[in-house]
This record gives sequence, C-alpha cells and structure tokens, in this order.
Amino acid sequence: MTLMKSLMGAAAAMALTAGAALAEPALIFDLGGKFDKSFNEAAFNGAQRWAEETGETFREIELQSEAQREQALRRFAEVGANPIVMAGFAFADALGQVAADYPDTKFVIIDMVVDAPNVRSVVFNEHEGSYLVGMMAAQASKSGTVGFIGGMDIPLIRKFACGYAQGVMAANPDAKVIANMTGTTPAAWNDPVKGSELTKAQISQGADVVYAAAGGTGVGVLQTAADENILSIGVDSNQNHLHPGKVLTSMMKRVDNAVFAAFTDGVDMETGFNVMGLANGGVGYAMDDNNASLVNADMQSAVDAASAKIASGELAVHDYMSDDSCPALNF
Amino acid sequence: MDFLTLIQVLDSTVRLSTPLLLACLAGLFSERAGIFDIGLEGKMLAAAFFSAAIAAVTGNVWLGLLAGVTASLVLSALHGLASITFRGNQLISGLAVTMLAQGFTVLVAQSWFKQGGRTPSLLAEGRFGPITFPFADSVAGVPFIGPIYSELLSGHSILVYVAFAAVPATWWILFRTRFGLRLRAVGENPAAVDTAGVSVVGLRFAAVMICGLLCGLAGAYLATSLQAGFVKDMTAGRGYIALAALIFAKWRPWHAMGACLLFGLLQAVALRFQNIELGGLTIPVQAMDALPYILTVVILAGFVGKAIPPKAGGEPYVKER
Repeated sequence: MTLMKSLMGAAAAMALTAGAALAEPALIFDLGGKFDKSFNEAAFNGAQRWAEETGETFREIELQSEAQREQALRRFAEVGANPIVMAGFAFADALGQVAADYPDTKFVIIDMVVDAPNVRSVVFNEHEGSYLVGMMAAQASKSGTVGFIGGMDIPLIRKFACGYAQGVMAANPDAKVIANMTGTTPAAWNDPVKGSELTKAQISQGADVVYAAAGGTGVGVLQTAADENILSIGVDSNQNHLHPGKVLTSMMKRVDNAVFAAFTDGVDMETGFNVMGLANGGVGYAMDDNNASLVNADMQSAVDAASAKIASGELAVHDYMSDDSCPALNF
Repeated sequence: MDFLTLIQVLDSTVRLSTPLLLACLAGLFSERAGIFDIGLEGKMLAAAFFSAAIAAVTGNVWLGLLAGVTASLVLSALHGLASITFRGNQLISGLAVTMLAQGFTVLVAQSWFKQGGRTPSLLAEGRFGPITFPFADSVAGVPFIGPIYSELLSGHSILVYVAFAAVPATWWILFRTRFGLRLRAVGENPAAVDTAGVSVVGLRFAAVMICGLLCGLAGAYLATSLQAGFVKDMTAGRGYIALAALIFAKWRPWHAMGACLLFGLLQAVALRFQNIELGGLTIPVQAMDALPYILTVVILAGFVGKAIPPKAGGEPYVKER
C-alpha cells in the first residue's frame, strides 16, 4: 500500500511539473544550427540571458530539414509552449498556416512579417547597421576597393549589401564595392570552401576589406581574409574574437535583444510589427579589445556621427526590400 | 579577361577540383569492382571532421590526416560489410553511411568542443601549408611561364599533388596490374573471377577500402588545407558532384581528371564572375552552378556517346552452387 501511495505521489508530482512547464516559452532555431557563431547563436544567447535572469527554463529545437518547420511549430503549440519564438525568415509560410489554429498562443517571428493577430513580427534595420560598417570599411581600405559576400541570394541579404554599399560611398565616393552571393540554395549558408574562394577572387580584384553576411560560409571568408592578411567584417553576433586584429568590426544584429524582449513580455506581449533599428538598439557595430587597434578615433567619430543622424531620422538609408532596387550597387 | 585573371581562375579551379578528383577516383575504384557508392559524401564529411578534430587537439596535421583516413576507412568497411558480406542494397547502404556521417560528426563535435558542431579554428601547424616549388619566387617575374609556374603549379598543399599523382597511379593499377585486371573483372563478371579461383569478396573489399582511403584524403583536404577546421555539412554536396563527374568520365581515370577539372572550372568561373555577359545575353550564376548536373544528364541520356556502367555494378555476388 505504501509503495502504491508513493508511486501515486510520484505520478502526481510528475503531472504537476508537467503542468508548470506549460507556460514555458519556446525557441526554434533555423537550419544553420544553434551555435553558428552568428544569427542562431545570438537568439540562443538572448534566451539564455532571460533564463539566467529569471531562473526559468525554455524549450528549444534545432531544425534538421525544411519539412520540420510546421511540425516543430505545431508540436510546441500543442504542448502549450507560449510564446513561441522562431529565428529565421524561412518560417513565414509555416507560421502563416499554423498561427490561426492556435489563437491563444503568441508567436514571434524574427526577420519576416506575418500578418496575424497573435504574431509579433520583429524586423531589423540591417541596412542601417551595414551602412555603419560600410563607412568603416571604406575608411580602413587602402586600395579603395571593398568586398561583400552574401550567403543565399535573397532580398534580405541584398538589403545588407545595399546598406553596406551606401555606407562605403558615403565615406569614400570613389570607392568600388564588389558584391558576390555564395549560392541560391540553403546550402549556401554552410559552404566555407566557396566562401574562401569568393574571398580570394575579391582579393585578386583589389578588395582589402570584406564583409561577410553568410552564416557558416562566413567562417571561411573570415579565415581566408586572416590568412591573406586583409580585414574582414563579421555579422549578426560579435565575431571580432575569431581572428583578433584581423576582423575590423562586426555588424551586430541584436537578435538576442529581440528574443529577450519576447520572453520577458511573455504571454501578454503586444503583437504586430516591431522594427529594431539604430534608434532602439536593434543594430550596431562591435568594438572590443580585439579590434581596438584597427579602428582609429577619426573613424569612430565619423561612424558615431552618422549613427546619431540615422537614429534621429536626419539621414535615411535606402532599404533594398522597400522597392527591390539599390541606388549604390548593381546586383 | 587578362592573363593574370585567367591564371587566378585556373588556380581556383585546381583548389576546387582536388576534393572532387579524390572523391571521383575513390568512386572509380569502388564502382569498377561492382560496388556502387553514393556514400562518398558521408565518408568525406567524417574524414573532414576527424582530421580537423585530431589536428586541433594534437596540433599535428599528419595525425589529423591519419584520423580522417581511419574514420573514412571505418565507414567503408561498414559499407562493405552491408553490401558485400550481407549482400544488402548498395544504394541504401551508401545513403545510410552519408546520413550517419552527417549526424554523428555534428553530435561528436558538439560533445567534444562545445562550439555548436564545429571544431576550433586550426593554427598553422594544424594545417597543410602551401608547398612552394624551388625558384618559384625568382621566376615569378618571367612573362607567361613565370605566373604559370609560381601561381598555378606552385603553392598548393601536398594533398593537391597527391590527388593529381593519383590519376596515373589509378590508371596504372587498374589497367597494367594483375590486381587491376581482376578488380575490373569482378565488376563485369564476378562469376568468371570466382571460377578462376580468385576471391570476389576479397577483391571487392580491397576496392572499397581504397575508396575509403581516397575519400579520407578528400575530406582531410577540405578541413585541414582549404579550411582551418570542420563546419557542419561542409562538403556541401561535393560527393555527389564527384559521382556526376564519374559518370561523365564513363568510369575512366584520365577522363575523371578532365571531368573534375571541368566541373571545378565551372565553379571557379561562377564564383569569379557571377553573372556572365555574353554578347548582350546574361548567363545567371545559377545556370553555371547547375551545369555539372545538366551535363551529366546529357551524358546519361546518351547524347554524347553512351555511358555504360560496370555490368555487375549494384549486384551483390552470390556464389553458384
């Protein structure tokens, strides 16, 4: 009898903890993987910070294939996770289908807009951050030629390239920008060999600063830039530490802030359109010990001045995605 | 396009062709012996991971190479066990090898290094450095010959030269030795080889292990020579392009080199020029990327001569009683 009792007790305790787990927020990583030293890792860091500050836990899953998107969303929604944050533009279609089926669950999609009453769409003004690192690239370049290497050729990556090119032109109107995309399939996010070859090709065309917005492919870009003794610019997270003294700066996209905010707001979050730009700390450039010797005071003051102007609205950086064209760069 | 650009594109071609060539020759040995192998991708991936991991831990690139080749050989043995000893379906076994490698490389990398399925960046001694030919610097200024010698031929890692040396070696082994004759025979008519008193299973296993060795070199080249470490799925489909090159070359070593150089050149041109303007017509970069596969389909469809695979390919051998 006592055995039976303790078993029942254990079962009840399990049921209780399961019940307590219901309100857990959830985070879904995109195909690049949780520790991509970039986009997904930034999302993870935000969630981790929230967990450490609140002492609570969250659920997470790393996708292995395209087919799992809707499945993962539905699974989390079914077990009652709320809110569900997904890191990546590619979730838009799946979320569009799933959101209406779970009206009481709050969804947060980063990098894309999904129009539903229970969805918060977080987009970043990547063009603003890219503009700043473009200015730095142009000032650091001795040859007057700088490069851009994108991952998969999608409008979002062109937005990076376009902002970057505008920044380059603002700092040095005579500069030349070479822009390349790694590929047109999702494999382009994980092909460091191609990233290396693109970097070598750009170097042979005169580039001495290369900006990589290419996920895992960027690892190859930064490596080759360091090997060939030119400067590179990292993306999404602070990547300055990967090759100290060889990475000029990193365009920080504060995905961590977006995830942190979503988890903190919890179930009662405001849904709708949420733009994170220079004005509210959504994007920026990274400065630390690793690149302090590469950035001089002139460069930093010029960039900070531009940053203040963009934040106040005095200076407008053209967004490629607004009209699918770029005044500073031909694709 | 000026001469220097041409040299740079060809230089890039050599780098991009090398992993294809090693994998293609690996597939050649295996398929000539009658064992189809679509697991080239997986073996390369496993070799890339273990070579980078061991090189990162020990700081010695040769130990890394050894570990990479060993990992690839283990997967080869697995493929051999499934498809030769147990007479399983070779395509399924090859696919399983690839899926296994894709999964466990990331898993083991995560548990060893905690860097999200990648290895730490290798330092100089953990990588195969470029080999500079004698007098490469002094003849660099000589017009025409100079750049070819110092840029194109010199300055690659040792595995590149091994890969290109493997082409005549493969030809010699397959077409000039007794072992090669038997190996080819076992892919065409294993019953005849068996009748002659030679072990079909032994020959096929030997071929599969040579395949593993070459795949190991290809993977180690990617992770410790072209790159400085392993990144998840870093082979990015090169094993499959190598298979396409093998069919394109109709299972012949010298033609395999030609096919791999052609596919490498297509990649290099696509990477260097992106969209190509040809007399008002723009060839998009996607078309260049797809060209290897399109060419292979054209060959398979029989437009440019017929591609006839080894006759006993894909068939497990059952001794007659």
